Amino acid sequence: MALSKEQIAQRIAKEVKDGYYVNLGIGIPTLVANFVRHDISVEFQSENGILGMGPFPFEGEEDPDLINAGKQTITALPGASFFDSAMSFGMIRGQHVDLTILGAMEVAQNGDIANWKIPGKMVKGMGGAMDLVSSAENIIVAMLHTNRAGESKLLKRCALPLTGVNCVKKIVTDLAVLEIQDGKFHLRERAPGVSVETIKNATEGDLVIEGDIPEMKF
Amino acid sequence: MIKKTVSNVREACEGIEDGMTFMLGGFGLCGIPENIINELVRRNIQNVTCISNNAGVDDFGLGLLLKKHQIKKMISSYVGENAEFERQMLSGEMEVELVPQGTLAQRCESARNGFPAFFTPAGYGTEVAEGKETREFNGKMYVMEEAFKADFSFVKAWKGDEAGNLIFKGTARNFNPSMCGAAKITVAEVEHLVPAGELDPNHIHIPGIFVQRIFQGEKYEKRIEQLTVRKRN
Repeated sequence: MALSKEQIAQRIAKEVKDGYYVNLGIGIPTLVANFVRHDISVEFQSENGILGMGPFPFEGEEDPDLINAGKQTITALPGASFFDSAMSFGMIRGQHVDLTILGAMEVAQNGDIANWKIPGKMVKGMGGAMDLVSSAENIIVAMLHTNRAGESKLLKRCALPLTGVNCVKKIVTDLAVLEIQDGKFHLRERAPGVSVETIKNATEGDLVIEGDIPEMKF
Repeated sequence: MIKKTVSNVREACEGIEDGMTFMLGGFGLCGIPENIINELVRRNIQNVTCISNNAGVDDFGLGLLLKKHQIKKMISSYVGENAEFERQMLSGEMEVELVPQGTLAQRCESARNGFPAFFTPAGYGTEVAEGKETREFNGKMYVMEEAFKADFSFVKAWKGDEAGNLIFKGTARNFNPSMCGAAKITVAEVEHLVPAGELDPNHIHIPGIFVQRIFQGEKYEKRIEQLTVRKRN
């Protein structure tokens, strides 16, 4: 069975290690915070200017001066800090953030990513996505394997305007965990009950399948 | 002490003219100079270029200027929450330059700090880099981006003193500090204006040298864009 968005987030949470500073994008990545183990120390960075982002506030305790990059009201945990946008992107550009998790519309087998614009249709802007993907060493893309029309989002080449080039190394979809190496997608894990054949059919780009592909564990 | 106080928003906006370029602080509706935006609407200033991360929502923030067609060009990183913005952009009524968020902040700060340009990896290999100089450093490719040039910076701080020193609160800080001193004239509106000497110099985020005019805003709505809460058990 294909994973739910929560399950994608749950699988990605396993990649979050003790001592990591993590930037979470909008959508599925935001859910990752709910599944991080409680026995490790992790700080979430939101690029509008907070490290140590906490959960949503209790009703009535919301503060208009305290939001995340999705403009949602949040809280600050003990040890949190605030800073300006230039410093925030200094953290990102200077590779002080250990892990970046973001969504995508398309990923290509060379690591290119497109997630900010559909010409003539959706022009919302790139926000911090271009800064994040061009600087981060460790990027995980969280997305569905296919789009609403059932077409693969893992391609030989991106068709949409690019957000960044040669930057994605790991992808977690509702069907599989994949890594990009030597210009190809490598299948590492499959969702429980999903066959290698299903993943192959849903992947337009070159897919390398080596040996038995284990099912994901949560 | 060099005094920077002006008595109200009208005096603070003296000298603004049609066709000028303004920087406006804020992220979403958080930390925007509400009183100054209202004054720009009241004065019906025309054909302005606005450098601001976002463009407000339909009936608040920069959306108010958009609605009255006062903006000729927007320079932003994300404009997703505003239907009128999208309409004016797609119809060609308004010019839009989309800039990666970190690049936007650095183009402000560079203007303040006297750097004409800088290199960033953001946007390399994308349409953002088209027509721009690129260069390799230590095996990685970078795009040259230039500092902004603006006539006025309009920022919002939590507290300020007569000397123009500023302290920001929470994530309302965002682009505001980077825009201070980045235009010919920086105007700061604050929620609390106090006499010089009341703020601890250790706690100042932006020194008054970067601020030419300061005033206490008449009122703050501080609208929340996405109210998200959790229930008490």
